[in-house]
Amino acid sequence: MSIAEQPVSLVGLARGLQGATLEESRRTMEICNACRYCEGYCAVFPAMELHRSFSNRDLVHLANLCHGCKGCFYACQYAPPHEFGLNLPKVFAELRRESYEHHAWPGALAGLFQKNGLFVSLATGLLLIAVMLLSALLVDPQALFGVNRGPGSFYAVIPYEVMVALGSLSFGYAVLALVMGLRNYWRESGAKQVGGKALALGLHDALTLRHLSGGGHGCNDTHEGFTQSRRWLHQAMMWGFLLSFASTSVATIYDHVFGWIAPYSWYSAPVVLGTLGGFGLTIGSGGLFWMKFKTDPEPTAQRNFGMDMGLLAQLFLVAVTGLALLFFRHTSAMGMLLVIHLGFVLALFVSLPYGKFVHGLYRFAALVRHHADQRAASQEEGSAS
Amino acid sequence: MLRDKHYDLLVIGGGNAALCAALTAREQGASVLVCEHAPRALRGGNSRHTRNLRCSHDAPTDVLTENYSEEEYFEDLLRVTGGVTNEKLARMTIHESKFVTPWMYERGVRFQPSLGGTLSLSRTNAFFLGGGKALVNAYFAEAEKKGVEVVYDTEVVSLDIEEGFFKGAEVRYHGFPDYVRAKALVVASGGFQGNIEWLTEAWGPSAANFIIRGTPFNKGLMLRDLLAKGAEPNGDPTQCHAVAIDARAPKFDGGIVTRLDCVPFSIVVNNKAERFYDEGEDVWPKRYAIWGRLVAQQPDQIAYAIIDTKCLKLFMPSVFPPIEGRTIEELAGKLELDPAKLSKTVKGFNAAVQPGSFDPSGLDGSRTEGLEPAKTNWARKLDEPPYYAYPLRPGVTFTYLGVTVDEKARIQMADGKPSANMLAAGEIMAGNILGQGYLAGLGMTIGTVFGRIAGQEAARYVNR
Repeated sequence: MSIAEQPVSLVGLARGLQGATLEESRRTMEICNACRYCEGYCAVFPAMELHRSFSNRDLVHLANLCHGCKGCFYACQYAPPHEFGLNLPKVFAELRRESYEHHAWPGALAGLFQKNGLFVSLATGLLLIAVMLLSALLVDPQALFGVNRGPGSFYAVIPYEVMVALGSLSFGYAVLALVMGLRNYWRESGAKQVGGKALALGLHDALTLRHLSGGGHGCNDTHEGFTQSRRWLHQAMMWGFLLSFASTSVATIYDHVFGWIAPYSWYSAPVVLGTLGGFGLTIGSGGLFWMKFKTDPEPTAQRNFGMDMGLLAQLFLVAVTGLALLFFRHTSAMGMLLVIHLGFVLALFVSLPYGKFVHGLYRFAALVRHHADQRAASQEEGSAS
Repeated sequence: MLRDKHYDLLVIGGGNAALCAALTAREQGASVLVCEHAPRALRGGNSRHTRNLRCSHDAPTDVLTENYSEEEYFEDLLRVTGGVTNEKLARMTIHESKFVTPWMYERGVRFQPSLGGTLSLSRTNAFFLGGGKALVNAYFAEAEKKGVEVVYDTEVVSLDIEEGFFKGAEVRYHGFPDYVRAKALVVASGGFQGNIEWLTEAWGPSAANFIIRGTPFNKGLMLRDLLAKGAEPNGDPTQCHAVAIDARAPKFDGGIVTRLDCVPFSIVVNNKAERFYDEGEDVWPKRYAIWGRLVAQQPDQIAYAIIDTKCLKLFMPSVFPPIEGRTIEELAGKLELDPAKLSKTVKGFNAAVQPGSFDPSGLDGSRTEGLEPAKTNWARKLDEPPYYAYPLRPGVTFTYLGVTVDEKARIQMADGKPSANMLAAGEIMAGNILGQGYLAGLGMTIGTVFGRIAGQEAARYVNR
């Protein structure tokens, strides 16, 4: 049975989704739909206006369409202390987290979204200890603490086979689990039909973070005033992540196709991409981390704090250790830096499908459905008139 | 403590007009204190429930479509007021409305892009992004940035006025008695619709059943004080703008979501299960405002709009779900109406419905024959169960009584002279222009234009 068809009283039994969060989301949307003052803010409100009543499936979609810009909260004449007490960004953030849990693959691991901050920190700590212990036990101290230069020096610290096996296994698993989770999500909350145009528009909105621009003048990042900080920091982080990913991909091709062995020169594609990506990730994740402390907590879901901070901290640590490795690779610190960096990378990969990272995929899916729905609605209107 | 300080200007109120006045005066060098009765979270008076303002424009702008001439605007005003307007002030306000949106934008107010003609108001009215509370937030932020001093939870209780000249004001600052000294005064504290006792004076005990759509802080204390101390009144003290809203709405501050657009497609009965007025008289926005009064005249100030299933999707969803019954009798039971009488009313109505082609988009002539009162449009039999009902009560939007002002926003005294240092802006003087009726977005236009004029005049006075 899909969540759309479940009677409300049974929803609490569905993994992840809480009846109370769904009901509060529904109550909020019904009031918003009678008001509609916020329709200029983002995609959530035009999407809401397509409905007169809200199924669970619609609510999960709308929650994932919400970027948490908080514009609607500060503009809301019904926000607390009004007796309606509306707080849309907060309840949608809670529903999003519940939807990650609900759709996680395999289901047995869904509970990792419950105390996600704890899970991410434990995974990071334990994997780091494991990698360091193993290298201390297995690696020649000369390689670990000495100065190694020239091709293959990384593999003197961690053998080529080990690095490839760990990397491809952890990353391969992450991709599989992410794809399966996204598939679960799309089956319940996606669109029935999606054209190329909706896909392209969804991709455009995701890559430009259109709905964090507030139509050009910014969002309520930390308070009532409008800024673009969150959008630019998130862009730095997202593109930093993608550049780092591109760096790794190019390096893999260099190694496997051309047989060029790392480390590469300062001007090589992997190093240039990785350096840019590393700086983007550091600035973006560090900035967002700082912003989370500074922001007005009222329109945010405190329950999600650990999950949100967990991924930011991981990305920051991966980026900083990656940059440190780059700058100190010709010194005796290289061995330990490589071990630490790989420990953080491994922990990131392992926790990708069970943490905040999934929001990127779900939100992209929601943006695609949004464009498909809007297209269908305008075609319907066109044929009706 | 406020009593140790000396301000150039005291602004009473925290809505649109008050902030426009405070910003304008501050930008011209005046030191300004804004006294807002509400706590910070509920600041902004009725402006926080608004959504747009009406602007004249000669060509399409980034926020308005087509054009809206000063003449057309004035004709619209004449139509709704039936001529109860001060033409000089009205024409000046309309002219000034051409220049307000860039001024607002510079002070942080953001507008939605024009809605491309889907909504008829997109030609005449500029919509605030996020609505009036977002506008108020922007103005308060701008005021703080520019050094306007704002105190919340501060009610002005009495004005010291000597022969039409303002000396100072007694206030309750966070509950404690205090005193504000200032060289000039702008009163922008709204009407008295939040004051049920005062409404009762005009409407009798039935006013206790009215719902106030806006802020509970508009008690009209300053209005009453000014009138008692020699200001010339303006507007009919017994009139208020009231619409029929969902009876389940909160007593105050229900705002937009309590509106009901179902009346033209329904039959409306009172608590004796009898119809009392032609529900299909005209398209809804035009008839919207008379239903508040109609319901106010019914026993216990309550009525019920009843529809069947085929009408359910013809109007904007309201915030409260309709009351549902599989039969008219069952519905009557849930509404605590006499089932036999309601059944008889519905049967009588159904029997009188003439064949016609129903068209919700305009006057369709589908009518009843031989029924009193008749329903002259959109009359269709109630015959598709389940049946639905929305309870209706009068919802008061604003009151018309205010003070008389001149074109410099100076308060006119009963002796015929303008006060030298007392100015008024917003709802407290809107009746000078909107003497009766209602024109969407005009209140915000008057507040913005007169707020700016009052601020300018106050600055001119203190800098003279």
